Amino acid sequence: MTTGAVALPARKVDETSRSATPEDRGPRGHTKVGWLFAAPFLTLYVLFLIGPVLIGAVISLFNTTTVTPGLGTWVGLSNYADVLSSGDFWASMWHSVLFTLLTTPLLLLLPLLFAILASRMARGQWFYRLAFFAPFVVPSAAVCLIFAFMYTPETGLISNVFGWVGLTPPDFFGSTSGAWFAVTLLTLWWTFGFNFILYTAAIQEISEEVYEAAAIDGAGPWQQIRSITIPLLRPTMSLVLILQVLASLKVFDQIYILLAGGPNYSTRPVIQYIFDTGFTSYRGGYAAAATLVYFVILVTVSVLWLLIRRRTAGPQSA
Amino acid sequence: MRGISRRTLLATGGIALAGAASGCGTPVATSFTGAQPATADVIFWHLFGGGDGANMGTMVDSYRSSSGRSVEPTLLSWGNPYYTKLALSASSGRPPDVAVAHLSRLPLLARAGLLEPVADQFTEAGITQDRFTPAAWEKATVDETPYAVPLDTHPFVMFYNVELAEKAGLLGSDGRLKPLTGRDDFVAAVSAMKEAGGEEYGAVCTITADPSTNWRLFTMAYSGLAGPLVTDLGTKVTLDRDAAGETFEFLQSLTGSERLMPSTATATTSSTLFSQGRVGFLFDGVWQIPTYRGVEGLDFDVAPFPPLLGSDPVAYADSHALVVPRSEGRSSARTADAVGFIKGLLDQSLTWADGGHVPAWLPVQESEDFRSLDPQSGYIEAAFNAVYDPPGWYTGAGSDFQTAMGSVIASVLSGGTDPSSGVSDVADSLKTFSTARSPV
Repeated sequence: MTTGAVALPARKVDETSRSATPEDRGPRGHTKVGWLFAAPFLTLYVLFLIGPVLIGAVISLFNTTTVTPGLGTWVGLSNYADVLSSGDFWASMWHSVLFTLLTTPLLLLLPLLFAILASRMARGQWFYRLAFFAPFVVPSAAVCLIFAFMYTPETGLISNVFGWVGLTPPDFFGSTSGAWFAVTLLTLWWTFGFNFILYTAAIQEISEEVYEAAAIDGAGPWQQIRSITIPLLRPTMSLVLILQVLASLKVFDQIYILLAGGPNYSTRPVIQYIFDTGFTSYRGGYAAAATLVYFVILVTVSVLWLLIRRRTAGPQSA
Repeated sequence: MRGISRRTLLATGGIALAGAASGCGTPVATSFTGAQPATADVIFWHLFGGGDGANMGTMVDSYRSSSGRSVEPTLLSWGNPYYTKLALSASSGRPPDVAVAHLSRLPLLARAGLLEPVADQFTEAGITQDRFTPAAWEKATVDETPYAVPLDTHPFVMFYNVELAEKAGLLGSDGRLKPLTGRDDFVAAVSAMKEAGGEEYGAVCTITADPSTNWRLFTMAYSGLAGPLVTDLGTKVTLDRDAAGETFEFLQSLTGSERLMPSTATATTSSTLFSQGRVGFLFDGVWQIPTYRGVEGLDFDVAPFPPLLGSDPVAYADSHALVVPRSEGRSSARTADAVGFIKGLLDQSLTWADGGHVPAWLPVQESEDFRSLDPQSGYIEAAFNAVYDPPGWYTGAGSDFQTAMGSVIASVLSGGTDPSSGVSDVADSLKTFSTARSPV
C-alpha cells in the first residue's frame, strides 16, 4: 500500500543520477562498491516491498483465502470485476478521499502559519519547535485512546468544552459528521508537527541577508513575510502538499482504532475495507485485487502531480 | 567509544543477542522450525473480559491445581479480530491447543478444515452427544461431524421488573412471570407494564447503534414463521418475503402505532430506563444479567420469549464452545491434555453459569445446584428452543453480516423504512453476501 509513495521518488533519484553523471561515473570498481553498499537496502526493498507486490498481483487472480493453504482456484480477472463493481469498495475509496479533502488544507496552511510565527520568536524558539513536534512521536494507538477519552459523551473533556461555551457537542462516535470532526481534529493535532518541521527547516534556509536588505529598504515584518518568506517557501509547500495527500490517502490507524470505520461503515477508509475483506472475511485474493486497484490510483495521483509540476515550474525544480 | 574496541563490542553484542534468544528460547526457536510453541501443557485462547473473564480465570486456576497441568490462557479482543487470529494461527500451523469459539462462527472454521473433529479421544473422556443440550450439539455439528464442545447457550430473553410486573398482575403464584401464550398476550403484557409504570413505554430494546441486538430481536420473531435466511453455507438465499414482511410489521407496531417501546434507544437509554424502573421489560441477552444484578433497588427476573409469530416459542441464541484447532505437529499426549482441559472446564459449568449462561453440559445443567440459581434457572427451556445465526461463511457473532442486517432492521424499527422496503433492503443485502466468492 505504501509502495506508491515510496517507489516513485526512488525511481526518480535513480534516473537523475544516471542521466546527470554519465561521464564522471569513475572506474568500474566504484559501481561494484556502490551496489555493495546499497545491497542491505535493496535486499529489504525486494523482500518486503517488490516481493509482496508481485505476490499480491499473482494471488489477485486466484480465490486465495487466509483459511486454507495454497493459492486456491484460478478465477482470472473476476476479482477485479468484483472490486470495480462493489459499492462498498467505492464508498470506502470516497471516505479516504474525503479524509484527504478535510485534512490536507488544514495541514498545509496551519503548520506554515505557526512555523512562521515560531521563527519570529525572539527567544525560546526551541521550546515552540519541540511543543509543536512532540505529538508526532506519540504512537497512533496512544493518541486514539487519549482522544477517545476526551470525546466520550457527558464525561469527556472535548464534549464538556462544547457545553462550557453553550453548544451541544456533536455525537462523536454515533453520527457520521461528528465522527469526521473527531478524526480530523485528532489527525490535525497528531501530525501537525511533521509539516511544521519541514517548514521550519525551509525557513532557516532563507538567508538573513535578504531580510536585512528588505529591512533597510523599509519593509515591515508583514511585508517581509508576504514578499520574502512565503514566495521562498513555495517549493516546500508543494512538497508538503504531495506528502500530505499521499499520507492522507493512506489513512487507517486513527479511523480504525477510534471509530472502527463506524458508525455503520460511514467512515471506513479503503485500507480498512481491504483489511476487512482480506483478513476478517478471509478473502485474500479479492483483497489483493482491491489493493492493486488502490495502488494504481495512488500511482496515477503521483504521476499527475509530477506532470503538473513539470509543466508549471519548468525543468529546474526538484 | 575509546576503551572498547569494535571487536569487543561486537562480541558482547553477539553474546547478548544469543542470551536474549535463549531467554525466550522455545517460541523463538519454534517460530523458525514451524512447530507449535510449547510453553505450557495446554495453550488456551479465549475472548472473555469483565465478569466472564474473571469466571474463566477461576475455572482455569482450579483446573490447574486439581490436574497439576500447566495452562497458558491468552485473552484476545472479542469479535472479528479474534476469529481472524484464530483462523490465521490454524492455517499457518501454529494454533493454540484449545480455543473458545461461538457456535455461530463454526461453519467456516470447520469447513476450512481448521478444527479437529470431536471424536474418539473425547468419547473416552466422557464427552458424548447425550450429555449436551441437543440444540447446541446440533449446531456444533457440521456435515454430520461434531467439531466443537458446547460450553453454554446464551439466549436473547425478556428481563422484567418484578415490582411493576406484580402491579400489572403479570406474576403467577410462584412469584415469576405467568407464561404468555402468544402475540396478543405478549402485547397485552407490555401494555399492562406501561400502565403499571405510568411512564411513556412498557418495554425497551437497544435499537440505535447496536445492529446485533436488532438482528437478535428480528431473528427470534422471524424464526417463528420461517427457516434460516440463507442455506448452503450462505450461498443460497432462502428468505421468506411474506414472513419477513409480517415480522417487520409486528416489530414496527411495537415502536410505532402501539407506542410500547421507544423507537430510538442507545444502550445507555435501555439500561437507564430499565434500571430506574421506567419500563417493565428489557429485551436483551442473558449476558447482561451481571450488569443489572449490581443495580441497587432493582428487583428483576428473566423469562424466555413466548411464541410471538407462529405457534412454537423460539429463542435466538448463540453458544460459546471449546474447539481444538488442527495442528500437524501436536502429539497425542498433548491432544489428551487438551481434551482433559475441556472436560475440566465443562465440570465447572456452574461457575460459568454465574455470567447468565445456561450450561450446555447436562450433568451440571440438571444438577440441583444449578436448578436453584436465580434467575438462570428461569430460562433453561430457551436453550432447547435455540435458533442460531443461519449457517454461512460470513455469518455469526460480531460479523459484518449481523451489522448489515441489523442496520436495515434498526431503520424499520425506528420508523425510517416501511416494512416492505425493509424486506427489499434485506433481500438486496443478502444478495451481496450470497454472491461474494466463498473462501471455502
